[in-house]
Amino acid sequence: MTIINFTPIEAFLGGLIIGFSVVLFYIANGRIAGISGIVNNSIFSNVNRFDNILFVIGLVIGPILYKIIINPEINFNISNSIPLLIAAGFLVGVGTKIGSGCTSGHGICGISRFSKRSIVATLIFMISAILTVFIKGLL
Amino acid sequence: MRGIISLVCGIIFGFGLTVASMTNPEKVLGFLNIFGAWDPSLAFVMAGAILITSPMLYLQKHKVKPWFADNFSLPTFKEIDKNLILGATLFGIGWGLIGLCPGPAIASLALLNINSIIFLISMISAFFIVQVIRR
Repeated sequence: MTIINFTPIEAFLGGLIIGFSVVLFYIANGRIAGISGIVNNSIFSNVNRFDNILFVIGLVIGPILYKIIINPEINFNISNSIPLLIAAGFLVGVGTKIGSGCTSGHGICGISRFSKRSIVATLIFMISAILTVFIKGLL
Repeated sequence: MRGIISLVCGIIFGFGLTVASMTNPEKVLGFLNIFGAWDPSLAFVMAGAILITSPMLYLQKHKVKPWFADNFSLPTFKEIDKNLILGATLFGIGWGLIGLCPGPAIASLALLNINSIIFLISMISAFFIVQVIRR
């Protein structure tokens, strides 16, 4: 096994910061910071709509703040294939909506709460994503 | 007050994603490439986050009230059903194809990258389509 581009310190630090946000949202507002749910509810639900929209806006301000106070350069390397981008976006949208969560809701919040549903969901989407990358690599 | 907390939490979340480079699809794909040249960083992000969030379970068990809400709103559905399995599988495929999940996809709007905007439009269209079909 070859290990490349490993940035353990930044990753762990970023994880702690994300965890802090999740805990604050939970102890202050009593809610789970699952991004797919927040985005969906900001569109389709009248309950806490204002809060959800503000969270989404904050999510965009976060990287801008990073640019201002830490580093104006943020690496962002994404595929150029339009059909692939559309297909992937669509699958992520459908999948997180019918599966009721994504990396944040199931992966971070759910696992912390020892939710069986979230642990199963996280295992499945991790395996499914790893297999997708593996198969794509063969093509 | 709840609105301010929501905004602040969103900002901190987006900031943390950026510190961890999780806004970068290449970094995420590097993690998913377990059978190739592997970048374990994402596992450290999850570990860092869960280390902080795991006391949530304690709060929940001890029924401490949230500061600005009447109660904790938690998912009540406990069953592992077909939707969960199918949804997680499809999500995983989409995530593995490009390396973006909903959080980083939204946060990357800050970078005004056309490709990530295409992904985001497709993702939100899917939300609408599922919503309409369900009705």
